Amino acid sequence: MLRKDNKLHLLLIAPVAISFLAFFLIPLARLFLIGGSGENGWLAYLSAFTEPRYIESMLTTLLLSTLVTAVTLAISGVAGVFLARNQFKGHAALTAMLTLPLAFPGVVIGFMIIMLGGRQGLVPTVTDWISGERIVFAYSLVGLFIGYVYFSIPRTILTVMAAAEKLDPRLEEAARSLGAKPLQVVAHVVVPALYPAFLAAGAICFATAMGAFGTAFTLATKINVLPMVIYTEFTMQANIAMAAALSFVLGLITWLALALARSLTGAGVAAAA
Amino acid sequence: MMRRSKNFWLLLAFTASVSIFLILPVVLSVLAGLTKDYFVGLSSGLTLDWVIKVWTEYQRSILLSVGIALACLVCSLLLGVPAAYVLFKRNSGWSRAAEELMMMPVALPGIATALALIATYGAVGEFRTHWTFILVGHVLFTLPFMVRSVLAVMHSIELNVLEEGARSLGASFTQRFFSVTLPNCAPGILAGSLMVLTLSMGEFNMTLLLHTPFTQTLPVGLADAYASLRIEVASAYTVIFFLIIVPLLIAMQAAKRLTRTS
Amino acid sequence: MSTALTQKTAAAGAQITLTRCAKSFRTHKALQPLDLQINAGETLALLGPSGCGKTTTLRIIAGLETPDDGGTVMYDGVDVTNVPIERRNVGMVFQSYALFPNMNVLENVKYGLRVRDYSASNANSRASEMLAMMRIEDLAQRRINELSGGQRQRVALARALAPQPRVLLLDEPLAALDARLRDVLRVEIDRLLRSLGITAIYVTHDQSEAMALGDRIAVMNNGVIAQIGTPEEIYFHPADAFVGDFVGTMNSIEHNGKRFTFRPEDIDLVDPTSATFTGTVTQRLFLGDHVQLAVSIDGASSDAPVTIRVRARNSPSLNDKIGLKLQPLTRLARDTH
Repeated sequence: MLRKDNKLHLLLIAPVAISFLAFFLIPLARLFLIGGSGENGWLAYLSAFTEPRYIESMLTTLLLSTLVTAVTLAISGVAGVFLARNQFKGHAALTAMLTLPLAFPGVVIGFMIIMLGGRQGLVPTVTDWISGERIVFAYSLVGLFIGYVYFSIPRTILTVMAAAEKLDPRLEEAARSLGAKPLQVVAHVVVPALYPAFLAAGAICFATAMGAFGTAFTLATKINVLPMVIYTEFTMQANIAMAAALSFVLGLITWLALALARSLTGAGVAAAA
Repeated sequence: MMRRSKNFWLLLAFTASVSIFLILPVVLSVLAGLTKDYFVGLSSGLTLDWVIKVWTEYQRSILLSVGIALACLVCSLLLGVPAAYVLFKRNSGWSRAAEELMMMPVALPGIATALALIATYGAVGEFRTHWTFILVGHVLFTLPFMVRSVLAVMHSIELNVLEEGARSLGASFTQRFFSVTLPNCAPGILAGSLMVLTLSMGEFNMTLLLHTPFTQTLPVGLADAYASLRIEVASAYTVIFFLIIVPLLIAMQAAKRLTRTS
Repeated sequence: MSTALTQKTAAAGAQITLTRCAKSFRTHKALQPLDLQINAGETLALLGPSGCGKTTTLRIIAGLETPDDGGTVMYDGVDVTNVPIERRNVGMVFQSYALFPNMNVLENVKYGLRVRDYSASNANSRASEMLAMMRIEDLAQRRINELSGGQRQRVALARALAPQPRVLLLDEPLAALDARLRDVLRVEIDRLLRSLGITAIYVTHDQSEAMALGDRIAVMNNGVIAQIGTPEEIYFHPADAFVGDFVGTMNSIEHNGKRFTFRPEDIDLVDPTSATFTGTVTQRLFLGDHVQLAVSIDGASSDAPVTIRVRARNSPSLNDKIGLKLQPLTRLARDTH
């Protein structure tokens, strides 16, 4: 690398470096200090694991995110591989329908769930008509769970499809030529080949479910997931120290999930909103 | 036409039901936004009244969001393209660490970034109530997507070799940046730009904390409508959001195809 | 081909001198300190296996890499060590061609002229001259992704030569092509280099390419030049076993306490009674114009068979006992231990 290049690169990277430092790193450092400045001092960072109401919220959030990840991967795995492997009339339309909600933010997803299971939603209307009982599920953890699955399916399907399309069909042919039965081909060739994509998609799914906020906000402020707790601490209790400490703990978990996926797959994994 | 197995039909049915699960609420909300009285049903008749009502009431939020998205695009282009170029050229441990660092605002929950910004700049004069305060958050969040998208294209077109080709023919940095680097990275810049616009238009996690009554964006307005207004108004507002976001999404998919074929 | 053009370009051929040029990448030493002189108008082939340092050497000459401290690169006696490639006036053909996909063929060929501020009409006439020389006038308006590998190769050559460079650098220019096309283009590049009389440095891992095109060949291994010389010198008098093996098959056997080193074509089939060696055919490959035999030599100190090449007609069969005689004057390696 020539010395002149060094100067040029420095010049090109300087604006982003300075903005990033001023608007992200310094604020983050400040937030970290604030997190330790509350009545409990630095112990605030542990309270997510020690104080009962935060523990409960933490466990709820973790459980919810894990469940969302598992269900999303199962649904998207089947549908994604199916779409990547089969060509038929209406394929493009089906893919378009499955990817349409890709750009919907959490708030809108929340509203979609209200349309399905809210007080005036489709499901209560239908169940009312069938059994005379209105089953309203939107404003609860169930609604949030369905919302997160709804949110995660499109991007997971895209990831799975992209990976399945790249899968060399000759590998399967080779396995078959060696005498493997269809299920063995899936177990020995297809799943190992798609594993990195699943891991990557799963990590993003998990991290988004952990940190997402819009859907919970739309559905009900009573749902006790971690981002909601942070929001309440900040706005209702004006306890910015606690909110800061919890944000850091939450951020660490999502960041770890993504970093783990990245180190396991070796590929670039970026979370999506 | 080859004969389909039973499994095929089973899987097709499954995939179709998933897509119905995804599309049904979209259809419902579009209908609700265009019906006179959703509780009565379609029989009450179709109307544009709700959409017009939302437009007159929330015009400022909608236009503010469009404005922020465009400003965010300009910033992420000016910051992101040069950053991607440097990260690409200096393919070392340091640059990978820098890339990782740059991704942090995406990995971190938006609420944390927002709190950090408020804690640091919340008391700085007019800044807190100015729309640029939201812009800062949006740029932090969208920049990584621009950088990733441009970096990916730089790798796939083997920009290193193209640049060496241009250098061997006597082109200076500025000459080759505008005649070779930019034009050949265009598909990645386009894809990144669409992504930035889409994300900024829909950003809520951070914006909810960053906004003030003077700077309410479209998604914040949406949340407001969902919480307090009747379902027809909320739906009509959602329809307006769809009208903005769906074309962006379609363009994004088209851009992706463009990159794949070129 | 226009003679005016030939003369103009020939006059621009530079003499290149590398002195103590070494290159390290972090901990890896890609190139040991190296001295090399390339005469004006000469074609030098840099030959060696991958990782031998040949591409690094080429990139140092080009100005894409700077040598480690202490090394200097001179063009016609002028130190250009710290002059970047864009100001060295070189022409370079890359292994992957590096044609710009955002421009058509003509625009690609004109690029070097454009950045040198040629007037539009001068650039156009020079570019068409180049296209004509490479016989690709018909492709002028084509996009790069519509071209075949061979066509891309021609465009890359036309583009590199258009600004009348002082030296032409070719980095494995034929490696991406299939065998037949490689043969055709090899002949064409040879014709081109000879008629232009330009100084050229040609990097390849293919010994037949190096032999055919190089006025001299520098065989490289592990970051050093193992031998430099004319193709004949390299082939008939390899400096060591590595060079001998790399530029062709080299047999080496010990027989009655004496070491014999010879190439497959340097030994004849004879009646066992008047033979230097006798042996048994252990493998026979029919290759059309000749037959390649693996022969296990009686009384050799190792079991490894020697490879010999004989005429296809009336050649021995598998397991035949045969006699072999070394041709006179096959004084080959100086020392091949």
